[in-house]
Amino acid sequence: MIKLLGLLVIAIGFAVRANALLVVIAAGIVTGLLSGMSLNGVVEQLGKLFVENRYMTLPVILIVPVIGLLESHGLRERAETLIRRIRNATAGRVVFLYCIIRQISIALGVSIGGHAGAVRPIVAPMAEGAAQSKHGPLPEKATETIRAHAAAAENMGNFFGEDIFIAVGAVLLMKGFFDAQNIEVSVWALALWGIPTAIVAAVVMAWRARKLDRRIAEIVAAEAQPQRPEDAP
Amino acid sequence: MTLLSMDTLYVIAGLMLVFVAVGAARNRSHKHRFGTALFWGLLAVIYFFGKQIPPLIIGWTVCGLAILAAGRFLSAPKESPADPEQRAAAAVRLGNRIFLPSLVIPITAVVSTVILAKIPLGPVQLFDAKQPTLAALGLGCLLAMVIGLRVTGAAPSAPMREGSRLLHMIGWALLLPQLLAALGGIFAKAGLGTIIADLVAQVFPTHHPFVAVAVYCISMALFTICLGNAFAAFPVITLGIGLPIIVQQHGGNPAIMAAIGMLSGYCGTLMTPMAANFNVVPAMLLELHDPHAVIKVQIPMGLTILMANIFLLYFCVYRF
Repeated sequence: MIKLLGLLVIAIGFAVRANALLVVIAAGIVTGLLSGMSLNGVVEQLGKLFVENRYMTLPVILIVPVIGLLESHGLRERAETLIRRIRNATAGRVVFLYCIIRQISIALGVSIGGHAGAVRPIVAPMAEGAAQSKHGPLPEKATETIRAHAAAAENMGNFFGEDIFIAVGAVLLMKGFFDAQNIEVSVWALALWGIPTAIVAAVVMAWRARKLDRRIAEIVAAEAQPQRPEDAP
Repeated sequence: MTLLSMDTLYVIAGLMLVFVAVGAARNRSHKHRFGTALFWGLLAVIYFFGKQIPPLIIGWTVCGLAILAAGRFLSAPKESPADPEQRAAAAVRLGNRIFLPSLVIPITAVVSTVILAKIPLGPVQLFDAKQPTLAALGLGCLLAMVIGLRVTGAAPSAPMREGSRLLHMIGWALLLPQLLAALGGIFAKAGLGTIIADLVAQVFPTHHPFVAVAVYCISMALFTICLGNAFAAFPVITLGIGLPIIVQQHGGNPAIMAAIGMLSGYCGTLMTPMAANFNVVPAMLLELHDPHAVIKVQIPMGLTILMANIFLLYFCVYRF
């Protein structure tokens, strides 16, 4: 029971907005100490796991030089130009379309996109461009919510598409878990039963994307309001 | 022999980090010149010599990195980004060719995972057998960099300079995913899962099939919210709630339970700052003022899908 204090450390740490790295390390040390490890024992374990997990940070470090180079040569500007040429594009439609493409491609095992690889350089500027061509210059509040939705579309497509592909970490983790418990489960069944939730996720994204377009219109209208002269009684 | 092993990629990443550190150290106008250089320099050392340095020293170094970050000893240098007019001119000059390098990354990754990795080259192996996708991604990035330099005609130092500009912007948040995975390992070692699972079974009337399903899905989401990682929550919650109650007590289908249970965990991932690489790093990458803006957008999505999952699981798991 007392070991659960580690979870409390996380909750409090985030609530008081302490630095997240510090919160995580503190939670690890508290949990380790309470379960009978020595201080050096926990820190050693932390170091071992940190080195083993270097691969998680690797893609970001390797991809930023390319993305940075392209950005300094007008990648975002070009994406914006392209989207302005598409008729009837709205921020919501751009974001929804990206989510669907991401979901289908990753379900086939093709990982395109990513926050650094696609959302920042392509999807967010495209969605902003679409809203701009409809409403003119956008208030900052509108830009922020468009960008946040673009990041959400990436996560929705990524999370709820990947489990349909059998050679993905999640499916292999489940298979490995059942193997260790001597329960026979096929990877195909695990992948197949990811499909219903994937469809639900696509529908939910479509709903939120429509809502985004309405929200942008509201923000733009609210910004324009104060300048309008009051009607005479 | 492996042509492009993970260790090679770690050395390349280490070189990039050294470039960031040296750049910060030499920048006299940088406010937190030495703290910033120290942070990126120490990280580079971990990338170069992670396997050679004893874990205890790495552990304390990581604590040091966290203190540098928490004490605000590091920051992004104030440098003017490339001139907007220059960028617009480049966009007109290059046209759609600017997209070519960014398409090279996924294409290389897919082609090399599917085809190249399978071609036998005798004793020589193209990629690490353990992480072929990552190695292929690395190859794609290197190839894209070469093509990017050709397309833009930029100086060879440009990618490193622009890359370090982006890394400075992401800052310490870069390390959060890696550190959270380590925390998950410590939690597992401490046996936190068994404790939580026992508690849940005592409190809720899980003898009712619907309650069992609802408790399983919601626990997956809640535990993922605490840990920031559905992979860490899955074994804990499935061992504690899923297998004994849904499968053994109520005779549910384990494959359906696991598939939908894992995706319920992902609903939790949408709603937590602990899943930093998905929710907090992007907010910084997109230069949002509110670091939790992405999470706020995702909460209605996560809750709706979680609710749908509970009903999906209830109607399917006892039937097929």
